[in-house]
Amino acid sequence: MQTPIAQVMALIYRGDLVLAFRRWEQIAQPVVFLTMVTTLVPLALSPELGELREIAGGVLWIAALLAALLGLEFLYRTDHADGTLEQLLLSGQPLALIALAKTAAHWTASGLPLVLVSPLLAISLGVPADALCVLMISLALGTGILSALGAVGAALTLGLRRGSVLLSLLVLPLAMPALIFGARAVDLAIHGEVARGPLLLLGAMFVLAVTLSPLAVAAALRISQE
Amino acid sequence: MNWTWFHKLASPPHFYRLAGRIAPWFGWPALLLIVMGLYGGLLLAPPDYQQGEAFRIVYVHAPAAWMSMFIYGTMAIAAAIGLIWRMKLAHAVAAAAAPVGAWFTFAALVTGSLWGKPMWGTWWQWDARMTSELILLFLYLGLIALRASIDDRDRADRASGVLALVGVINLPIIHYSVYWWNTLHQGATIAKFGKPSMPWEMLWPLLAMFLGFTLYFGAVLMTRLRGEVIRRERDASWLREELAR
Repeated sequence: MQTPIAQVMALIYRGDLVLAFRRWEQIAQPVVFLTMVTTLVPLALSPELGELREIAGGVLWIAALLAALLGLEFLYRTDHADGTLEQLLLSGQPLALIALAKTAAHWTASGLPLVLVSPLLAISLGVPADALCVLMISLALGTGILSALGAVGAALTLGLRRGSVLLSLLVLPLAMPALIFGARAVDLAIHGEVARGPLLLLGAMFVLAVTLSPLAVAAALRISQE
Repeated sequence: MNWTWFHKLASPPHFYRLAGRIAPWFGWPALLLIVMGLYGGLLLAPPDYQQGEAFRIVYVHAPAAWMSMFIYGTMAIAAAIGLIWRMKLAHAVAAAAAPVGAWFTFAALVTGSLWGKPMWGTWWQWDARMTSELILLFLYLGLIALRASIDDRDRADRASGVLALVGVINLPIIHYSVYWWNTLHQGATIAKFGKPSMPWEMLWPLLAMFLGFTLYFGAVLMTRLRGEVIRRERDASWLREELAR
């Protein structure tokens, strides 16, 4: 008698979150990184809010993508090291759905904090309050896309030397379309225009990434365990 | 239908000899076509009415850009065959093709930038085609780096195969988003030369170069595949006999 897959996914999601919150510094690091990169921008360019507002969308998006990359390599590393991954592979449950649950947990612990802290940083860059909603939606979708694509990279580079540098090299080109539309949506919102078009496209990319990438992750995990 | 020829392809000794025999059939026509195309393009074709002599770089640039995409497609198909039917030789094709594709992409970028200097007045412009070509180069480099950092050959093959497939799904998305991004930011600052249909004396050398580059890739691929087979089968007894002959 097998446990239903929905229950397995819920258990994996909850288990990963419990583990993540017990090591809170792992959750805090990307947020601190994002805050620091945002602080660098006025220092390097100009403290003038009017000028910062012009580039705020792009800056926040780049900083958030880089921050979200930080934690990716740990996605499967501990499971790989302590043998959990082998058990998951042997469990007979659909591996793609297990991977989806793990990706969702990873996003909740690494992407969501970035989304929540982003309005504060945006205000510090002179972004008007009307644009904050678009910023948060676009970042939520964007970090979701990055988690989904990054999971493929993490599974492919599992157990490799210098895996983390390689991971960024593999994932960043794939995330470029998301950056284009996400930063564009925020930019439109800052200028008081309708940001619906790019947001919808970003949403479409999110759906595509979330549906297809678990299959690639499952294939990559099988390869890594042979 | 008789599938023996297909199954025989998977046998390294058979393929090693076959590739050695095929390579010249690609190589010599490629050389002939490229010489013809270069002569026709650089000397016979009239200068362009807008771009003057500088347009002639298209005879190297456009075929190189075509090859950069053609090779990525070849690689993805080979990777899919390798993953689905567990055919090692298909993985060898992907491994042998990746660096060639990366160099063609690099050549397309360099010639594009050389053309940009007289036309745009700058070596680099964030033009849609050049930007998506640059991202394509990153994808190639990622593939090569992934393969290089995995020691176990079987795992390297299959991991790169998965990455090649992920890349090929993303390629159209990247391409179209870059175009969209570009038309939005730049408008029509670069007066894309309104393309009147190319006159025949300009067109035939270009076609010769396209075909020549494609055949050249075939020849290089066959030669590199022989190297790949030697590397993979270095302990096999047939290879020792083959090389001793």
